[in-house]
Amino acid sequence: MLKGVKNFFLIAGQLSEFSARYFREVFFPPYEFKEFLKQCYFIGNKSFTLVGTTGLIMGIVLTLQTRPTLIEFGAVSWMPSMVGIAIVREIGPVVTALICAGKIGSGIGAELASMKVTEQIDAMEVSGTNPFKYLVITRVTATTIMVPTLVVVADIISLSGSALVEYLKGGVTFQLYFSKVFEYLEFGDLLPSIIKAFFFGFAIGIVGCYKGYTSTKGTEGVGRTANEAVVISSMLVFILDFIAVLVSDIFYEL
Amino acid sequence: MAHEINYNEPPVIEIENLHKAFGANKVLRGFNLKLWQGENLAVMGKSGSGKSVLIKCIIGLVEIEQGKLMVLNQDVTLLNRKELDQLRVSVGFQFQSSALYDSMTVRENLEFPLRRHQERVKNESNLTRLVTEALEAVGLLQAIDYMPAELSGGMKKRIALARTLIMRPKIILYDEPTSGLDPVTAKEISVLITGIQERFHTASIIITHDLACARLASDRMIILHEGINYAESTYKKLAVEKDEVVKSFFE
Repeated sequence: MLKGVKNFFLIAGQLSEFSARYFREVFFPPYEFKEFLKQCYFIGNKSFTLVGTTGLIMGIVLTLQTRPTLIEFGAVSWMPSMVGIAIVREIGPVVTALICAGKIGSGIGAELASMKVTEQIDAMEVSGTNPFKYLVITRVTATTIMVPTLVVVADIISLSGSALVEYLKGGVTFQLYFSKVFEYLEFGDLLPSIIKAFFFGFAIGIVGCYKGYTSTKGTEGVGRTANEAVVISSMLVFILDFIAVLVSDIFYEL
Repeated sequence: MAHEINYNEPPVIEIENLHKAFGANKVLRGFNLKLWQGENLAVMGKSGSGKSVLIKCIIGLVEIEQGKLMVLNQDVTLLNRKELDQLRVSVGFQFQSSALYDSMTVRENLEFPLRRHQERVKNESNLTRLVTEALEAVGLLQAIDYMPAELSGGMKKRIALARTLIMRPKIILYDEPTSGLDPVTAKEISVLITGIQERFHTASIIITHDLACARLASDRMIILHEGINYAESTYKKLAVEKDEVVKSFFE
């Protein structure tokens, strides 16, 4: 128990130090722009299908599950506003972040750990390249930018899924559905959701890089690193979401 | 050896009373070394005796605890990050595992250090010429578009050597360059190391367990035992040494 608490604070301290190093180095040259774009492509494009499919299913299932209850209360016309707010405020960002934690966080962790084990990071260091800039800055910046982008994509696809169900079951046109969604959606719903997605992206990137970059247990450590990266970043997503809801509650009355 | 070494010149690497420990494990306990331009020095020792740590200290990958460590007239312990990166351009490091970047082709592996030191690349055609020359020097021009996973162990060592050579270093540090190779390929690598020394007049430290490699590629040898340079001479002289510790390496 005591060891677990000690480990928690140790990881929290080291992760904070690692994040501080990111902010110390991110604004100063050299900038690895090409590698950054490559990482954006891998993180964004390669996760698009997974995030899109999950988003579509999320929208369809949510609408199908809620529809009977709303019909019972004669409130089925509230469907677009209810689904819209639920997806944009909470379900879209959190589910997309969790998917990214599983796919991107583990990928980055395993890749860097493997590079560490095979001395590739040391090879960069001795060639006069700063591996932190080349590997960490690029990946963390890419996840910070691409996760919110994926959240927006997931939100749109998810709402389209919901609109499809409403069209098939209730004959509601897509135009009417989306006009109802935007009638009830406010700036106060959208902005906190996008801002917290940036934090989710940063958390996923920094945890994956931290675990991979500091991996020490040889080849055995590669699998463990990937696993730990997913666990820690998923936990951080929930903690950050909790903080985001508290903060947005102060600025916008929920 | 056909090449000339001027021992009246200042050494390119000078180490005095080097100490390094990992916790309670004292690896280096007052190690001394001098290396001159154009000289190949083999360092032999038991596994875990601190041979790899020694060359990692020289390149600044591992911090030393005590002692003097001069490389190309610069005190490595006093250099900041930028100065160390500049020094590393002149000091090549050949890893035991080759450490080729898995996600890049052979061409990209060789271009990687060059692109980060733009002063060495005037234009794209010059970059291609440098890559081609480095691959020709190790006899593997045909592998230019291969991925590291498609290469054999010996080919990986050669490509890693080409990646080191492309920066035209004055010093090359080899960490077990023939480990994991069959005797024929190991001999080819040893001959290649000698060829590089003669062609580019580099100074080298070769960490090795391989007696044939030490015999073929070194001008001088150091036996690293219990953290100090236990014996130091040419291969021929050490091979007939009566001391039990030295003899154990040649048996």
